[in-house]
Amino acid sequence: MRIGCGAGFSSDRLQPAIDLATEGALDAIIFECVGERTLAFGHRDRLADPQRGYNPQLGARLRGVLPATHTNRTTIITNMGVANVPAAAEVARGVARDLGLNGLTIAAVTGDDVSDTITPDTVLYDFGGRTIADVGLPLVGANVYLGADAILPALDEEAHVVITGRVADPALVLAPLRHRYGWAGDDWDHLARGTVAGHLLECGMQITGGYFADPGYKDVPDLAHCGFPLAEVGPDGTTTITKLERAGGRVDLRTVKEQLLYEVHDPTAYLTPDVTADFSTVTLTDNGPDRVRVAAAQGRVRPDQLKVTVGFDGGHLGEAGISYAGPNAVARAALARAILQERVQVDTGRLRIDLIGVDALHASASAAAGRDLTELAQPDDEANAAVRDVRVRCALRSTDRDEVGAMLWEVESLLCCGPAGGGGYRGQITPCVVTHSALIDRDAVRPEVALHRS
Amino acid sequence: MARQIRLHQIAHARAGDKGNTSNVSVWVYDPADYPLVKAQLTAERVRLAFPNLIRGDVQRYALDHLHGLNFVMGEALEGGVNTSLNLDSHGKSWSYLLLGLMLEVPDN
Repeated sequence: MRIGCGAGFSSDRLQPAIDLATEGALDAIIFECVGERTLAFGHRDRLADPQRGYNPQLGARLRGVLPATHTNRTTIITNMGVANVPAAAEVARGVARDLGLNGLTIAAVTGDDVSDTITPDTVLYDFGGRTIADVGLPLVGANVYLGADAILPALDEEAHVVITGRVADPALVLAPLRHRYGWAGDDWDHLARGTVAGHLLECGMQITGGYFADPGYKDVPDLAHCGFPLAEVGPDGTTTITKLERAGGRVDLRTVKEQLLYEVHDPTAYLTPDVTADFSTVTLTDNGPDRVRVAAAQGRVRPDQLKVTVGFDGGHLGEAGISYAGPNAVARAALARAILQERVQVDTGRLRIDLIGVDALHASASAAAGRDLTELAQPDDEANAAVRDVRVRCALRSTDRDEVGAMLWEVESLLCCGPAGGGGYRGQITPCVVTHSALIDRDAVRPEVALHRS
Repeated sequence: MARQIRLHQIAHARAGDKGNTSNVSVWVYDPADYPLVKAQLTAERVRLAFPNLIRGDVQRYALDHLHGLNFVMGEALEGGVNTSLNLDSHGKSWSYLLLGLMLEVPDN
């Protein structure tokens, strides 16, 4: 069976997905577009407008790939329904009709929204055992990770497009494998192998050269035209990861290894709703150019409880920046930071000011975090002289939008009221969500499938 | 006198995030370097290298047959993707934090 991946996150590229759907001779193509952040934003969008809350690129993606998947008899399986699966199914139906593709079956898989099942007393295991009520923020939604068994009924109905909300990402791949090969729900080794295939595919180009290139160390040919991956999976679950030959990128032992443990904690116990998969027994074999054979994963009984992501309204995140360039730029940027620390008075932990170009992303990591930049900021310091430009970035989180707006104002005012030569002010305020995790009993979850026809 | 080498010269890595937990997998380019990396790049070494960042425990899992180590770092994302004030709120660049560490290569 040949399964491709046409999106590994919500904003992933489209043209390589069209190429793969057109030329990949695929039985199924998945689009994985839900993360902790995108799910919470989906809820916010739906609360603001009952017709929204699904992936904003859903229409564009389906318009792009449906002609090819229709011609090639490829099933589309995607979680682009995010927080509003019924509305997404309607969009899919509309796109199909617009394309003149009548009679397509579009399946809407629901049951992941458990906002009504959880209670203020539900314990959050990643919040020191405290409860939802203890968070003290407005709840925006709660979704349980569904497994492949929630998708299977849609495939049994021979749906052309299957749209889900929150499902375990590998289940998007495991479901069509179970459908094709008849693997039972307690056939743990096969479920583990299908889960590995799904895990390797679900981040798209992260296994074909994306999130990988490090010039001079790990070079990737034609990364600009990197292709999405496809997996050839046999009846025993043995998988070969590859890509279209003409597409850019690379598949080799290194790309597959990095992705094998991506977002994995204990490799011997990768928990999904479907299986407890042991990745530690996996063997990888170089099987020709851009082909890696993946085998020998083992499985154990699936967990009794399912993971729930609970989203809360976290207020607003303000980010504002101004840049300093040329001689003594570090000293002027450090002065701007000191001024902002005086002018923006909030309690600690909610405000952060970085000097991008000097120490930003890793500023908290070194033991010297928060160090005095006085030395580096001296006009004759070698490091100062070597830096051509520095951006001061100020970030503030608050439930009070006015407080965030006041911070942006202070950064902008540095143009006239700060160090010499400050330019390039930009500021933005974005909504902020907070997520935590809980567990609920499998029996409390009731997946459903509704069929729509174009 | 032992020679110092930056991990980046002999290994590659990838970072992932789940909530406020970051994991970084580290893979040697040449299997011959694996024993050295496994011996020196311990969970404790990683934890002590970034005390202001990693507030929780560090677990290390070894996949010897693939020559890779997986570091799972608790409370290491300044709150996680939805609450961190870090420009890199996912900790995508944490892989290069680890790759910046120095190892000692014996003379022989």
